[in-house]
Amino acid sequence: MGDINRAMAEQYRNDFLKEVEANVEEGQWVKMCMQCGVCSGSCPLGPAWEHPPQEIFMMIRAGRRDEVLKSESMWMCTSCYNCIVRCPRELPITHIMHGLANYAHRLGLAPKMNPTRRFAKKFWNNLAKSGRVNEIELSVGLYFMDGFKTGIARAWAMKDIGIGMLKAKRLNPFGFLTHKGCKDKKGIHKMLKKAREIEDRRKGFTA
Amino acid sequence: MADMKIGAYVCQGCGLGERLDTKALALVAQKEGKAHVVREHEFLCNGQGVAMIQKDIDEGVNRVVIAACSRRAKTEAFGFEGVAISRVNLREQVIWAQPATDEARELTQEMAADYVRMGCAEAKKIVAPTPNAEHGTDKRVLVVGGGISGMTAALEAARAGYDVLLVEKTGVLGGYMAKLHKRVPHQEPFADPQATDIEGLVASVSQDPHITVYLNSTTTRTSGAPGRFSVDITTESGQTATENVGAIVMASGFTPYDATKLPELGYGKSRNVVDQAGLEDLARAAAAQGEPMRRPSDGKEIKSVVFVQCAGQRDATGTHLKYCSGHCCNTSMKQAMYFKEQNPSIDTAIIYTDLRTPGNGEDFYRSAQRKGVIFTKGTVASVDEDGSGSATVRFHDLILDDKTATMQGVDLVVLATGLVPNSGVNIDIPPDAADVDPAKASEHAVSVLNLTYRQGPDLPQLKYGFTDSHFICFPYETRRTGIYATGPVRRPMDITQAVEDATGAALKAIQAVENASLGRAAHPRSGDLSFPTFRREGCTQCKRCTVECPFGAIDEDEQRYPQFNESRCRRCGTCMGACPVRVISFENYSVDSVGSQIKAIDVPDEFSEKPRILLLACENDAYPALDMAGVAGHTSSAFIRTVPVRCLGSVNMIWITDALNSGYDGVMLMGCRHGDEYQCHFVKGSELASYRMSKIDDTLKNLNLEKDRVRALEVAIADIGKVPALINDYAAKIKEIGMSPFKGF
Repeated sequence: MGDINRAMAEQYRNDFLKEVEANVEEGQWVKMCMQCGVCSGSCPLGPAWEHPPQEIFMMIRAGRRDEVLKSESMWMCTSCYNCIVRCPRELPITHIMHGLANYAHRLGLAPKMNPTRRFAKKFWNNLAKSGRVNEIELSVGLYFMDGFKTGIARAWAMKDIGIGMLKAKRLNPFGFLTHKGCKDKKGIHKMLKKAREIEDRRKGFTA
Repeated sequence: MADMKIGAYVCQGCGLGERLDTKALALVAQKEGKAHVVREHEFLCNGQGVAMIQKDIDEGVNRVVIAACSRRAKTEAFGFEGVAISRVNLREQVIWAQPATDEARELTQEMAADYVRMGCAEAKKIVAPTPNAEHGTDKRVLVVGGGISGMTAALEAARAGYDVLLVEKTGVLGGYMAKLHKRVPHQEPFADPQATDIEGLVASVSQDPHITVYLNSTTTRTSGAPGRFSVDITTESGQTATENVGAIVMASGFTPYDATKLPELGYGKSRNVVDQAGLEDLARAAAAQGEPMRRPSDGKEIKSVVFVQCAGQRDATGTHLKYCSGHCCNTSMKQAMYFKEQNPSIDTAIIYTDLRTPGNGEDFYRSAQRKGVIFTKGTVASVDEDGSGSATVRFHDLILDDKTATMQGVDLVVLATGLVPNSGVNIDIPPDAADVDPAKASEHAVSVLNLTYRQGPDLPQLKYGFTDSHFICFPYETRRTGIYATGPVRRPMDITQAVEDATGAALKAIQAVENASLGRAAHPRSGDLSFPTFRREGCTQCKRCTVECPFGAIDEDEQRYPQFNESRCRRCGTCMGACPVRVISFENYSVDSVGSQIKAIDVPDEFSEKPRILLLACENDAYPALDMAGVAGHTSSAFIRTVPVRCLGSVNMIWITDALNSGYDGVMLMGCRHGDEYQCHFVKGSELASYRMSKIDDTLKNLNLEKDRVRALEVAIADIGKVPALINDYAAKIKEIGMSPFKGF
């Protein structure tokens, strides 16, 4: 991954905007931002972002490659779509944020310990394994990802919700054993592999 | 007058008959108003009612009192020719302004009776105006300035069939627009710079049989009035032709702000720093040779361009222009596109603080973004060239709050320096005063029109050196009747706006010559035949009328008496309000016609608990607002007695002292907003009134009355809900301070 990062940085030199346009999902929209700040003002998690979307767009134009790609900011997006709804220029801001996060991840620049990134990876691996999410495995895995002690504490804190879900039959406590996944697991793996190939080719990751 | 015959007509329609005792009102008109003919009618504005009045007029009635609806309603039905008409507003401001209850009936009836008395009193003092004998009939239009505004005005007037004289200072037509490579798009899809097609416009002006073009010429003397201006047109070589014209359009345009005042932005230090005009020169020169634009210093290929917006504009420190020039954002985008057309890989960055793209500029903005023009919000601190021709732009990035942001290796820097109006001499500044405002730089202080008016050689200015043109309500209306300012000389604007603006100014000029040829007033009392006259033997030559006339209509004759130029007059009556000896009057509006209305009402004694409040309301804004408040069903105090005035500037202080002396408990004045954002139809009328009112305290002191006995208020036409509240507040205040001690004298 490090090599790809160096290759990309070299290819675009200072023109980070062009790099984003070429490689980031919906990146061609970044230049259309008119800096009104409605996205930043609309974000329910706005104060928690180090750089709200408006700033990220400006940083891309200003060529601040490392700062943007290593930022935790776009990982804060919860996909509420408030910004997309309100953007007067109709930028698909949520998608751009995910695109940036994904691009940073693929270049190996995304912050390693970012919880969103770690959860996303867990979710993906869980899902890709059998084609269907194993809920109990995912949530237990999530609670215990930082070790046994914190895992117990987290699970304890969530116990009421867990019991409620059990009672409502929304959580299968025997999922570790009984989870079956989809019928044609091999087919799914094949399909995902192909999709990955296509995307890599499109985004220039075919190194 | 012996042959005065008053006919008073009381309408019973629109609920007047149910809410009021019209029989009693008719009796008031007959007994107190001394009307010769008094009639009631159930529906006065219908054909039968109008015919009834017309029959009386045919039989000798020459003053008509119509006690019905507002003077603003049914103007056509009640537009009788050749007689003086007094309208008594019983509908909007009596029955609709009072609650329809039995308890309110007595006060409503008293109110109506007073208004009938006032109407009859007014009718005695006015006569139907006759056209002014002094009027010129020249219908030619003079256009000063041969740029896009001037040429458009000339063509529009010519197409309407009027002969036009077009005076241009330089040797070619086209003005600033002829210096442009391309123009900001004015047609769908507003995406790319368009050809100016200035040659086509110049050709159609030159070939138009109605237009005579004077090149290398200036207007060296302008005298007269609408319909009979006399103008000396002098060529560079000194030959002078004297021409008579009916109206003047001043389209003297602008000069780009002097970029040499911006050394911190590198102008003058580096040849690679140009202003917007400089870039147009580069673009045109390159296009003429069919080559790409190159760096001015060494002819190297241009790879990176930075545009600095608001260079020397919107400057809060007062060193440079304080205002936004309106066109520069679009212009810089257009110029950035010149480079994108040349080579899409040229980096173009526009550093702006607030992007303003008037008209369809938003589409153009998007188009620039699509083409890859980078927009950066920031303020530029410095531009330095390193000696090799590349510049470093240091700026404060306002989005990232980075005070040390830089752009390096910039081949060309373009400064958006904005425009300075060519307004001529600022007549409000004495000629020997130091030039303090950079917007009024001395190099532009050459008179454009050279008017022989006693008030000064050019049009008055409002703010930042732009010609005053009533920009809030009536664009083009300057304070010199028959002279219309258009284009960037009156406010910052771009080409598209200037074209529209010039079309409007041409139409205003046509209205002016047509009205002048009939001896009628121009805007805003368009078509008014009345004009001010003065009683020579009473005049003390104090000159207040000549000084205060907002329109420079009054000169002085050889014996230093005021000389009214009726065609220049807008009939506002400011001179009448100013006159300390009250010798100025109109045929249908005078100190006496209002004064006798004020004195006509019935003032109940001190112990009745029925105060009387006089409201002098501007007929342009406040009076319509009062009418509409009635229409909207807002009720207000029944103790108010309203007299509409042409402008608060026409209010003579004698009315106020007379009112207080005759037992009114308070006087309210409602006029328009004044100051830089004035809404006064007569520009200065409400301002003068407020100045005069600031001196009223002395009068009140002399009368031993409280300060609150007089209250002046600013009211806009849309203040429909506010007006009744203002009246009620004041009525409550009067109740609090008690009844006037001047009753019954």
